[in-house]
Amino acid sequence: MQIQVVRNILEANERIAQELKDKFLAQKVLVLNLMSSPGAGKTTLLERTLIDLKDDLKMAVIEGDVQTNNDALRVAATGVQAVQINTDGGCHLDSSMVLEAIDKIDLEHVELLFIENVGNLVCPAEFTVGEDYKITILSVTEGDDKPEKYPLIFAESKVMLLNKIDLLPYVDFNLQRASNFAKSLNPEIEIFPVSAKTGEGLDDWYQWLKKEVEKKVRG
Amino acid sequence: MHELSIAQSLLDIIKEEMAKNNVTKLLKVKIKYGQLSAIVPEALQTAFKVLTADTPLEHAKIIAEEVPLRARCRKCKKEFTPDPDEFVIIYCPYCKAEFGHEIISGKELIIEEIEAE
Repeated sequence: MQIQVVRNILEANERIAQELKDKFLAQKVLVLNLMSSPGAGKTTLLERTLIDLKDDLKMAVIEGDVQTNNDALRVAATGVQAVQINTDGGCHLDSSMVLEAIDKIDLEHVELLFIENVGNLVCPAEFTVGEDYKITILSVTEGDDKPEKYPLIFAESKVMLLNKIDLLPYVDFNLQRASNFAKSLNPEIEIFPVSAKTGEGLDDWYQWLKKEVEKKVRG
Repeated sequence: MHELSIAQSLLDIIKEEMAKNNVTKLLKVKIKYGQLSAIVPEALQTAFKVLTADTPLEHAKIIAEEVPLRARCRKCKKEFTPDPDEFVIIYCPYCKAEFGHEIISGKELIIEEIEAE
């Protein structure tokens, strides 16, 4: 017999994500899902952001990795509370993993929660984890064609951080080209060229973070 | 790689629907996936096989239909399907606007129908 179904395959993930969203709204926590390829500088950028904004914002981090708690240790060294999720081979975080992790965070005292996803430009884009916004980090050493090759992740992101711009003199990376690609299907995407190493461009990113926290937490 | 998680979610829905309809042997599953969703149908079929090995569900065939990307130009509001060879620098075929197309379809991931006995 034929059975008409017509259901969203990822409905279970989206149901839990909605539960998380409601919780984050009630607790007034801005939640950002950070995504990038492995090695784009997610953790370095995060460490620097945590150190620089420690006095301005109350932050916490959920670290997603396939293995090890190296990144959670790096983040914890900044003094910000960090919880590690190991996916044991899984290529992305999903909402049930985040639901489990937030039990270990004191959300009462958090205004901004970063969820650092597994390094991967494909799979994390499909699985919402209750975030307000997705943020994609692209480093200039990866090439300016990445938004063209991985359209979904850039189409879904609120912000694209172009990291490692201190290396621009040494690589063939056209900022305009990468930006144009990203804007093609996502005209409102905000683009911040930054260097987590030298600090260049970070002020604009920090202003954006403060403005969004203000909107969610105090607005 | 994420096909395994998708296959697991698919399987959960299928089991629920089969129980509801009192059927035990799965023959076919029809799904629709958007062009942007980066699903590889063969990988999904393999993942599904792995998850259902030695069960009455293991021989089911997954029929996957791709839903093309459709966009609406923010400038002239007309709808169009971008040329798949010029994927991301997408020019509106009507007004030539380069940026700001809204995605109408091409992101979906839906189970449409199952056939079972």
